[in-house]
Amino acid sequence: MNVEFRDPDATQKLVAAIERALPDGQTVKIMHVCGSHERTVSRWGLRSLLPERLEIFAGPGCPVCVCPVHEVGEAIALAERGVILATYGDMLRLPTPYGSLAEAKSAGGDVRIIYSPLDALKLAVQNPAREVVFFSVGFETTVAPTAALLASTALLPDNFSILTSHRLTSPAMELLLGIGDIHIEGFIAPGHVSVIMGSEEWRIFPEAYRMPVVVAGFEPVDILLALLMLLEQRQQGAVRLENEYNRVVQPHGNSVAQAAIWQLFDVQASWWRGIGRIPHSGLVLKADYARYDARERFGIRLEPAEEELPPGCSCHLVMLGKIHPPACPLYDRKCTPTTPYGPCMVSQEGTCFIWHSMGEGMNLDDR
Amino acid sequence: MCLGVPCKVISIEGGEGLDALRMGTVSMGGIRQQACLAYVPEVQVGDYVIIHVGFAISRLDPAEAEETLALIQDLSAQIADSQEEQPPHAP
Repeated sequence: MNVEFRDPDATQKLVAAIERALPDGQTVKIMHVCGSHERTVSRWGLRSLLPERLEIFAGPGCPVCVCPVHEVGEAIALAERGVILATYGDMLRLPTPYGSLAEAKSAGGDVRIIYSPLDALKLAVQNPAREVVFFSVGFETTVAPTAALLASTALLPDNFSILTSHRLTSPAMELLLGIGDIHIEGFIAPGHVSVIMGSEEWRIFPEAYRMPVVVAGFEPVDILLALLMLLEQRQQGAVRLENEYNRVVQPHGNSVAQAAIWQLFDVQASWWRGIGRIPHSGLVLKADYARYDARERFGIRLEPAEEELPPGCSCHLVMLGKIHPPACPLYDRKCTPTTPYGPCMVSQEGTCFIWHSMGEGMNLDDR
Repeated sequence: MCLGVPCKVISIEGGEGLDALRMGTVSMGGIRQQACLAYVPEVQVGDYVIIHVGFAISRLDPAEAEETLALIQDLSAQIADSQEEQPPHAP
């Protein structure tokens, strides 16, 4: 079925329809907030297929990139204390003033790359004499699997705990609209966050901010169709919430997953690397689950850093959708996937990494 | 990191310990892996699901997929109509 959502014929039809729906001589800027959407846009060269005056910008859609340095520092401190620190592969090379988890591993720390929270749990079962800490990072989509583990406390061995760096998507999108000089005319909402939270999660944007939203899937046809739906709303003078990805996303999401998340976590203001503190944007374990909270268990709590980004790094501008990566003076010079200088060049979901690895922007000027 | 991959459910297994979370085997293009199915209680063998970090987070509805694709087919009819009204420029 995926093949049909990559069909060249369908793609051409959509591109033609988008060209017709674009207003003459006007630039329209659309933003998505998901690293996987940026991968689709770049991998399939959608920008090069579309008229230049339809601008697609990536917003803050990379949870690894926005993980603040003090939370990476907490993970490094735990690794240095001798626990088994399990986390997703993208986290290892994140550069911070505390060093990186990769450096902690080189120095003898027991840092393990896992694919799934289930792997972290298995590590704890297989190593009963060791403390195993799962550094769980991610947006709502990734919160849900972690919540499934903790909600089944009967399964949890005593030597298992989690260090969380979880963020909610919608508060960051609200912040973007408050900044004022982003000038977007529509959001493509992240499909797999919507799987968990429901397409209704984004209702606030058309209703309170007059901002059109279309929930989209991850094939090229999904993105093109979402762009067309946004342009058609604009043509009609309408502002709506629409769901292009209704083969997977329900209006109210996955209620079982939501129940597990709200059983486990409270919402609080949280720091986003390069962006700052955003109200109601983070999740912390409820007091009932303190025994599984690595910060409580090991008494580790670092203060937010004054400087989240290294000098000269433009990741904050990339994450806010103010610039494309080539507009950063360090991009592809001091900062490459081999020697990443800023967080957006590290993660598979980072806009700079994606642009560099896909050759995106080779035929675009620094706009 | 919110990468989700459509996979077909090959088998569903109950069990104790780790398996007390409803587990199953899923396949993507013949590559099989274990996945947690706790969040998709309605799913049956043969269904397609979206797998994210080893967890099925949603069932994929083939009827809705067909409807989306049909929508694009309709587009071609609309474009053909408009091209009849306005002949395209010669290359």
